[in-house]
Amino acid sequence: MAKSKSPGDLIMDILICAFFALFSLVCLFPFYYIIINTISDNNLVARGRVLFYPIGVHFNNYLEVFQLKGFGRAALISVARTVSGAGLGVLSASFLGYAMTKQEYWHRKFWYRFFIVTMYFNAGLIPYYLTINNLHLRNNFLVYILPSLAAPFNMILVKTYIESIPPALEESAEMDGAGYLARYQKIILPLSKPILATIAIFAAVGQWNSFMDTVMFANKSSLYTLQFIMYKYLNELNQLAQLIRQNPSYASAAAQIQLTPVAVRFTVTAVVVMPVLLIYPFFQRYFVKGIMIGAVKG
Amino acid sequence: MRQAKSLRAKDGFRLFLLTTPVIALTFVFCYLPLAGWSYAFFDYKAGIKLFDNPFVGFKHFQSLFANPVIRADIARVMKNTIGMSLIGIGTSWLPMFVAIFLAEIGSGVYRKIVQTVTTIPYFISWILVYSLAYAMFSTEDGFVNKLLISLGLADTGANFLLDSSHMWLKMWLYSTWKGLGWSAIMYIASIAGIDHELYEAAAIDGATRMQRIWHVTVPSLLPAFFVLLLLAIANLINNGMDLYFVFQNAMNKEYIEVLDLYVYNKGIMSSSISFSTAVSAMKSIVSLTLLFVANFGSKLLRGESIF
Repeated sequence: MAKSKSPGDLIMDILICAFFALFSLVCLFPFYYIIINTISDNNLVARGRVLFYPIGVHFNNYLEVFQLKGFGRAALISVARTVSGAGLGVLSASFLGYAMTKQEYWHRKFWYRFFIVTMYFNAGLIPYYLTINNLHLRNNFLVYILPSLAAPFNMILVKTYIESIPPALEESAEMDGAGYLARYQKIILPLSKPILATIAIFAAVGQWNSFMDTVMFANKSSLYTLQFIMYKYLNELNQLAQLIRQNPSYASAAAQIQLTPVAVRFTVTAVVVMPVLLIYPFFQRYFVKGIMIGAVKG
Repeated sequence: MRQAKSLRAKDGFRLFLLTTPVIALTFVFCYLPLAGWSYAFFDYKAGIKLFDNPFVGFKHFQSLFANPVIRADIARVMKNTIGMSLIGIGTSWLPMFVAIFLAEIGSGVYRKIVQTVTTIPYFISWILVYSLAYAMFSTEDGFVNKLLISLGLADTGANFLLDSSHMWLKMWLYSTWKGLGWSAIMYIASIAGIDHELYEAAAIDGATRMQRIWHVTVPSLLPAFFVLLLLAIANLINNGMDLYFVFQNAMNKEYIEVLDLYVYNKGIMSSSISFSTAVSAMKSIVSLTLLFVANFGSKLLRGESIF
């Protein structure tokens, strides 16, 4: 069926396309602006010359920032919590989700509710803070990992997904005498890869972005994350200037381009945002899948 | 037969045992904090065992209403909390609106690109949003000021970031920038699920494009919209804290401090643990009540529970 468009429709099409072009631009431009500033001549940046395209391209800022005191450690902590948090998160959510599909689970209804209630009710910020303190989890790396393993939403995602797998597949293994763990490992895990990828990616992004837990529970610099040191750089200009002076190449004639506070702020921001920007387009379908299954009631 | 049943029960118990680590973690991090409510009934000082502190009963709860200074504080904080929530609720139709018009784009490639680009902000942390806002709006390094100066429209930069004016609106803009594309995705998927015959039937009946949107698309999205609206109402005093925490400063504190942030500032920054525990507890109870009200509303209007 050939469609002929009326002039009104055509105008509407143009308006819609223009609106979404503008919307996309507003979403993307701040990232672009930060990145062109990190690779432009720092003096020109300071004079306000870099607005739409990079001038005097160099990558010195990135090399220098990685040498800032505390940066390498923070990167390590961020990566460590992202990898271990996502890995353990997938493991606990998937096994619990699997267990919750089993009718014979001991008092299943009660325990299912036990998990679901936590999605809608919490004791509040200060009681939580006190609990973490009393458990001596302050200044402990585990405070980044353990609380995130209690994730009822992920459990629901897995449970919903496993329920769609034909039970016959598992039953045949049961006939062969395979126990729960063996069935979970040999049959359920391989079949639920898409949902596990979804959970993993959500957990990883959550861990990478997490930042209030450092503010509240870590005052040892050895536990600082990239997000947290970025927060510090943004708010503590004097300390940042001092940190820059401590860098080995500071004021040496060999370095033609000196690190400036704004260069550090922008470059660290670029480094922190880069992993998300790079992986997102490839994993977008997993993110979308996550929200769609989540929309179906558990 | 009975033997098989008891065997099954034994299996079920074994399965339960296998999941006890997660049960323990959930108990510790989600249920154990409830015991912390007891701090609200003492005058707790850090470093002293809870029960060695003086027991004060409901003093902290009463002070919320009786103490004029605290009452004024709470009134200001509640105004910010509910004010910003209401702006969010009032504009909660935006994602639906965006999704409807995005679906109108004929080119699949363009639609995909827009979808990808506009959902990226959702996946960066609030501290990154702050950093990007700094890059856009700060006095010396911000794009907007540099642009205005280079165009000769301003002599010196204005401090959009620290300035306390229009704080509610600014916070709404940041939240919308971060969340709009992502919130639209759910509606986009719902639109894809609408039966095409409905559109064809409408077209045969001579419906214009706007009529088709209004009479076919919108009604099929309303149930989802309604559920989200009720959840937003249930979260009236739960507007989170990361975003307000990162954007707060000495100048804008009066307009940005929402309930969660107030509790944090009082309890952790100024160590009034007992008082802020009382506020925390009150907040949890009120939120739970709101959730039940919203759920009751949903049952009444749609005959379906939201959770």
